[in-house]
Amino acid sequence: MNSIVQYIQSYLASDKTPGAAGNMFWALVYIMLVFVGLSVAVIAMNWLERKILAHMQVRLGPMRVGPHGLLQPIADAIKLLLKEDIIPAEADGLIFWMAPFIVVLAAFTVFVVVPFGPTHAITDMNIGILFMLGVSSLSVLGIVMAGWASNSHYPLIGALRSSAQMVSYEVAMGLAVVSAILMTSLNATGTGTLSMIGIVQAQQAQGEWFIFKFFPLGLIAFFIFAVAMVAETNRAPFDLAEAESELTAGFHTEYSGFRWSLFFLAEYSAMIAVSSIAVTLWLGGWLRPFPNLLSGGIWELVFSFFPGVTFLFFAAICFYNTVRMPKHPLFRIQTIGLAAFGVVLALIGLVLFIPAVSMRVQDIFWFATKVAAFMYLYIWYRGTFPRYRFDQLMQMGWKVLLPMGLGVLILTASVALLQQKLWHP
Amino acid sequence: MAPVATPFFFYLLSGIMLIGGILVITRKNPVHSALALIVTLLAQASIYLMLYAPFVAGVQIILYAGGIMVLFLFVIMLVSIDRSIKERQFNSQWVVGIIAATALGGLFIAAFTKGDKIFPEHVLPMVENDNTQNIATLLYGQYMFAFEIASLLLLVAIIGAVVMAKKRI
Repeated sequence: MNSIVQYIQSYLASDKTPGAAGNMFWALVYIMLVFVGLSVAVIAMNWLERKILAHMQVRLGPMRVGPHGLLQPIADAIKLLLKEDIIPAEADGLIFWMAPFIVVLAAFTVFVVVPFGPTHAITDMNIGILFMLGVSSLSVLGIVMAGWASNSHYPLIGALRSSAQMVSYEVAMGLAVVSAILMTSLNATGTGTLSMIGIVQAQQAQGEWFIFKFFPLGLIAFFIFAVAMVAETNRAPFDLAEAESELTAGFHTEYSGFRWSLFFLAEYSAMIAVSSIAVTLWLGGWLRPFPNLLSGGIWELVFSFFPGVTFLFFAAICFYNTVRMPKHPLFRIQTIGLAAFGVVLALIGLVLFIPAVSMRVQDIFWFATKVAAFMYLYIWYRGTFPRYRFDQLMQMGWKVLLPMGLGVLILTASVALLQQKLWHP
Repeated sequence: MAPVATPFFFYLLSGIMLIGGILVITRKNPVHSALALIVTLLAQASIYLMLYAPFVAGVQIILYAGGIMVLFLFVIMLVSIDRSIKERQFNSQWVVGIIAATALGGLFIAAFTKGDKIFPEHVLPMVENDNTQNIATLLYGQYMFAFEIASLLLLVAIIGAVVMAKKRI
């Protein structure tokens, strides 16, 4: 028992990722943690999206299952698992069966290289960003397969739209990514990196998030990526692949029950994946705000309180709503449940105040916060933007974003070269 | 770190590639053929990874499996498949095919048996970490001219496709 504790402690002090250390067991632990974390994030996202959209439209959203509908995602999951699983008679059985798994595999595999912190990644690859873009581009394959194998008109049109859209926006996305990678090479050796951890370390070394680098070039590249990533994940306002008013549900019209929920899972984890790319490339990944400007013992201490304070804040919201619950006896269980949820959140917050814990998980907190901001943006877009028409979508991708991306790439390269030649000869 | 390139993985991936390749030419449904080809390409990417060439593997996945094959599928799916399934598969150029296959097979066998005398001896540098950087220095240094010519060729192909597809530009 003692040796196990020592083993875990020896790992907690390590400064390598499990992949770099070649530690298979810790890599498996990390994979499980990432998988569980992602599933929880998708469940939370499901609830938040319905709640936030509802409040944007002056509705209440789910209120029945659990206090403020907190248990609604679980009820939904049970419903989906119990639903009849239908495979249309005329469908291509094998491909119909494979498609959801390919989409889920592609969406989850990319998290192998996502750096939640300098040591909190499953592994670090020399081709990190390339790997992420490549594997996430495989998900379009699953969508096309799903649409074709359903052997029905709406799914086929949805799949064709989605593949055309994803292939077009990948080009603009790639150009934006290249201009960010170019910025990593602005160091003494003049060699850049494609590794996800290396990109964040380059931002740390240059003392600047790449979104502010060569203002406004970094900002424009980030904007291109931010637009392309919404199109890439088939979300509103670019959700033509599943435009409800035209195509019922697009490529997954014929899917039901568990298979449909796999598509759902894949969509949300793909959203988290592309947001993590954006956070890593432009928003400094796991770095806390102002790591160089506000450095020193006091600031370190202040910023290490943030994770705990956030959880305490959530707990306070829970307690506030517990007090506001209706006093009718029918609501007693819900009131107790909400209070218990608040207590759990407060306990997590208190644990995060322990210096050893907060130092270890602080980077995960900052990374997750930045990704959460993107998740909120996704919901916000869905609540506010009207859907594009397909020709407008293509025009946007090829005639606006692509030339912009090329221009930014050329300008970034020129400015970087000038800087190296003039200021640092 | 111990090398991952064990013979087991090589035989596994080669097996997958061979099975995928055979499925490509034996399936009657073109969509099934295209999917089998994607499996082959992915297994090939894994073999590049085994050969300590992660960059080539990544590009293989992005370009072939993620880009070109999706466009392939895109076109195939718009073709009416019902008719092509009912049609008898035929091959009127089997004589040429057999000659080409024998020649290629002979070349492979020759390279396998006499390879150590034909090719210069070279030890593979097993530094995965610098692979991308090394490719970049080679591509934009030593082979700059060839690289630019190739990109020009691709540009010509793109413009040609647009000119052919559009009547009025």
